[in-house]
Amino acid sequence: MTQILRGPVFVVDDNIDTDQIIPAEYLTLVPSKPDEYEKLGSYALIGLPDRYGAFVAAGATKTEYPIIVAGENFGCGSSREHAPIALGAAGVQAVVAQSYARIFFRNCAATGELYPWETGDRLCEVFQTGDDASLDMDGLTLTNHRTGQVYALKSLGEVRPVIDAGGLFAYARATGMIPSRS
Amino acid sequence: MGMTLTEKILARAADRPNLIPGENVWVTVDLLMTHDVCGPGTIGVFKKEFGDDAQVWDREKIVLIPDHYIFTRDARANRNVDILRAFAREQNIKYFYDITDLANFKANPDYKGVCHIALAQEGHTRPGEILLGTDSHTCNAGAFGQFATGIGNTDAAFVMGTGKILLKVPPTMHFIFDGEMPPYLLAKDLILHVIGDIGVGGANYRALQLAGEAVAAMTMEERMTLCNMAIEAGGKNGVIAPDRTTFDYVQQRTSRPFTPLYADADAEYFYEKHYDVSRLEPVVAKPHSPDNRATVRDCRDVKIDRVYIGSCTGGKITDFFHAAQLMKGQEVKVPTYLVPATQKVYDDLFTTKLDGLTLAEIFLQAGCIEPSAPSCAACLGGPQDTFGRLNEPEVCVSTTNRNFPGRMGSKQAQIYLASPFTAAASALTGYVTDPREFLS
Repeated sequence: MTQILRGPVFVVDDNIDTDQIIPAEYLTLVPSKPDEYEKLGSYALIGLPDRYGAFVAAGATKTEYPIIVAGENFGCGSSREHAPIALGAAGVQAVVAQSYARIFFRNCAATGELYPWETGDRLCEVFQTGDDASLDMDGLTLTNHRTGQVYALKSLGEVRPVIDAGGLFAYARATGMIPSRS
Repeated sequence: MGMTLTEKILARAADRPNLIPGENVWVTVDLLMTHDVCGPGTIGVFKKEFGDDAQVWDREKIVLIPDHYIFTRDARANRNVDILRAFAREQNIKYFYDITDLANFKANPDYKGVCHIALAQEGHTRPGEILLGTDSHTCNAGAFGQFATGIGNTDAAFVMGTGKILLKVPPTMHFIFDGEMPPYLLAKDLILHVIGDIGVGGANYRALQLAGEAVAAMTMEERMTLCNMAIEAGGKNGVIAPDRTTFDYVQQRTSRPFTPLYADADAEYFYEKHYDVSRLEPVVAKPHSPDNRATVRDCRDVKIDRVYIGSCTGGKITDFFHAAQLMKGQEVKVPTYLVPATQKVYDDLFTTKLDGLTLAEIFLQAGCIEPSAPSCAACLGGPQDTFGRLNEPEVCVSTTNRNFPGRMGSKQAQIYLASPFTAAASALTGYVTDPREFLS
């Protein structure tokens, strides 16, 4: 079955750091507690400069943008796992960026919160926030339905099945690396 | 083919005769550090995945350090320290640096402060070892010739249960600092030069090996400043070969044996760059990115509202000593916040002397705000009532490590990252100021 994700995109520039994804004042929220996980989502990307507009509407806990389009080095800065978790909790299913900071990328895989797709194209300059897009996870394309343009994504390789499974522990259990729970 | 220092350390931890960049290897971890911001989440994942009754892999190899949000009335922040304490008791964790009396930090003999400096001061950073921490500045410990890097809660929970982690071997970038440091230049200037040259993503997925005559002449604290900011270039780790300076520092703080490792002479580097430090100028990173480098001279017209001296990067006793050298007998023109990294640094402010005066006396006579309780404080903003937090859109010269929008509080605040010399010179004029104006 082909997995296609469709929805409006939210577009950001280069070097969106973890303080912009989830500012440090919200790090008192513990992601492993379900109610605090939910709250983290409501603050996702609240640290962005105001010119971007709201990613999560005031009073809402979820975003209307399931896909983020970004430039280079998305998620740089701290090792806080709160960053991919806040995005995932807000309802983000995928980021499409030119490159990622290492720890953010790893935390996406470890938590299984979202897919960090890479692209060779500078999509943050051709997409606009609100553009309707389709992400074909098997065909490895991102289509902008406003312009009709189709862009290629790089394969996630060994990382894909880890996120499909729901993260590091779920994957390790599913593949017999660690015993499954009784 | 020879191996770089990072490859040598990973090879030993993976029990492999050799390995090459790009390989994924399981390594045995020597130490796992976590703190009040990521510890509770790590513990949450550990319990969920390994079970409520699970035991950590080694109670002597986990270090719990409350340091981020300590002196605050924020109830959730206070609760997070309680979660660490309960876990430390339940698991009989050997190294937990607790704080219970928030009104008077001095009443807590176990309390240390900023984790990266506390790790070094307590003898937990040792050559040849693998240190993982739930904090991106864990790379600080690479100064001791070890592999040290930051990880997320889920990876940390896995380590907590198994003592292992899967790591990809990073290619190494080699930075060699030749020559003798001019008296106005500090390690912070060197690393800001590197980040300015390669960018905040320039070392992504790579190791930074820092070497050369200038590094060999540095104290451990200055070497820590270099490695601390490897992450600001996206680096997986920063590392410096251990030497007599390293051994002396470590052996004064721990009796635990260690085996140092060194790069092979025929190691292959992904990239190599030499700097002649005698030709480098003091620099700042302008708002809003650590790679937005400019010479301090070029920013002399920038009027500032405050100066902040603190954090793992710039709140060690050496950093305060450097600031005091400029402030002695002078008067600050803007509010100047001093946040010692640890309780030890705080104590040292009152005992370390310069020309007969303690550093604390020099700072107070210059009109600085009294040194605060040791913690991460406003380096990363934190709860609204955090000491030194930029709650207004102010301009700040800071010895910390990041200046992305909102890092120290307000999104409109402007942060200039600088050396302790530059921070002190700027405090004395109220403008971004080259330390050479005060160092004859």
